[in-house]
Amino acid sequence: MKITEKEVRYVAGLSNLQLTDAEVGKLQADLNGILEHMDKLKEIDTTGVEPMAQVLFDAGETATLRADVPVPPLGNQAALANAPQPGAGYFKVPQIIER
Amino acid sequence: MDIPSLTIDAIREGLLARRFSATDLATEALRFAEAGNAQTNAYLHFSPERALETAHRVDRQIAHSEDPGPLAGVPVAVKDVIVTKGVRTTCGSKLLADYIPPYDATAIVRIEEAGGLVIGKTNCDEFAMGSSTENSAFGPVRNPVAPDRVPGGSSGGSAAAVAQGTAVVALGSDTGGSIRQPASFCGVVGVTPTYGRVSRYGLTAFASSLDHIGPFARSVKDAATVLRVIAGRDFCDATSAEAPVPDYAALLDGKVKGLKLGLPREYLKGLTSETGELIHRAVDVFQGLGCEVREISLPATDYAIACYYIIATAEASSNLARYDGVRYTFRSGHGETLADMYRNTRGEGFGAECKRRIMLGTYVLSAGYYDAYYLKAQKVRALIARDFANAFQEVDAIVAPVSPFPAFRLGEKVDDPIAMYLSDIYTITGSLAGIPCMSVPCGNTAEGLPVGMQLLTGHFAETTMFRLADAFERTQRE
Repeated sequence: MKITEKEVRYVAGLSNLQLTDAEVGKLQADLNGILEHMDKLKEIDTTGVEPMAQVLFDAGETATLRADVPVPPLGNQAALANAPQPGAGYFKVPQIIER
Repeated sequence: MDIPSLTIDAIREGLLARRFSATDLATEALRFAEAGNAQTNAYLHFSPERALETAHRVDRQIAHSEDPGPLAGVPVAVKDVIVTKGVRTTCGSKLLADYIPPYDATAIVRIEEAGGLVIGKTNCDEFAMGSSTENSAFGPVRNPVAPDRVPGGSSGGSAAAVAQGTAVVALGSDTGGSIRQPASFCGVVGVTPTYGRVSRYGLTAFASSLDHIGPFARSVKDAATVLRVIAGRDFCDATSAEAPVPDYAALLDGKVKGLKLGLPREYLKGLTSETGELIHRAVDVFQGLGCEVREISLPATDYAIACYYIIATAEASSNLARYDGVRYTFRSGHGETLADMYRNTRGEGFGAECKRRIMLGTYVLSAGYYDAYYLKAQKVRALIARDFANAFQEVDAIVAPVSPFPAFRLGEKVDDPIAMYLSDIYTITGSLAGIPCMSVPCGNTAEGLPVGMQLLTGHFAETTMFRLADAFERTQRE
């Protein structure tokens, strides 16, 4: 068993995912299977290998940085157009701090 | 006007000879695509206003004897993970069912500047996560070649639209095979360019170190024409490359004599006999064209699936964190506190595959597991990239299968995530290395299901890849 039910619930908390009990059971089974397959990586020797975080080409370190020139922003109205709950030019969320 | 038989060249010729107008093309393509959608569910929505607006401009340009652009009047379908200003963009997710983007992706801007007509947005796996398009919140896509089968995924709608003929070309996105595999399943050409070749500005992020935009087409030449239009440096995407963009289509002359092709021995075991036979037959065709074929080895191949599904899910868990019920349309009505609102929105909004990948990605990044999974996977990724770099010291291109098998039946693998992941084996290696790769139709199985051959070259060597694909395609037409 690679991952316990308790760990599944813990990771769901980290991921901000509300799961039903049925989903927790299914995910535990799926993740166990997948993580078992991933143990295969233990077989391959990576001593001295630098981790690859990004595809890199031969180019100077700042070759892809653009000139620092301001461009017009999206604008408040457009930025809020898809908000589930806009208000007074802001995104509204449930109350966080008690008065 | 017969949309399924049109090519980019035929459209240009017809427009300039005034046999039809771009407005005729837009109207007919939209009518045909809407009618055909009952059969495939390839499109999620259509964009007649946009298509007609561009068409009117193209017609005016032609009337004034101005150059209307390399894609003038060409009906284009766009995967619904690429944002279109004012046109709903859902990413195949319930979470974004009502999302209307406030801006256009750079690829869309370039397509329309070149005269292309964006006729609609195509169905896909939710947030491009899947290999069958069965993970769409809006129902699966049916393969136009065999309606009881999947079109592949995640860009299944784009592949199906081009295969059905409702669009002449389409845009898709590819993170681990999402252009090449559906192209193979539907019998069309699909291209994943070099990482950074095409700007991802406006492509909804799945795994940022692996995401690409690329074209689908019914011919290599049309795919090459579209790539030239969308490729190149973009101010809005720091990962877009400065490298000059060749006129790929103009360089296709059918001559590939003397090119060295590598056949990776690790890819040829475990193939179904029919797919393997068709790949070997394609290799024979290349030999007949004067290519030199040799066996090569990509020893880290066996570790690619594990490596990919760690890196891709880790990045996805981070990228999908933005869907929290605050900015993007959908918010759960349940929960009093901010934390409950987040959890309920995501729990109700994401489908099963997205949840699985968010969970896996969060797990492999979590305290105590980071080194064993994520860091290890990044090192294995370097070994996979090194394998390719070594191979391209020896050969100009690699010939490989795209998928171990042709299109499978709807529902066949949907409950078995591992089987679904394992089917990506031949496409994810190229994605991890960031090299250009494409699928070209290389024949059908006895049942009539299309099979694609994959061609891979070194970074920015798309020209060689297109030349080989085009030379092969010419032999299939004869």
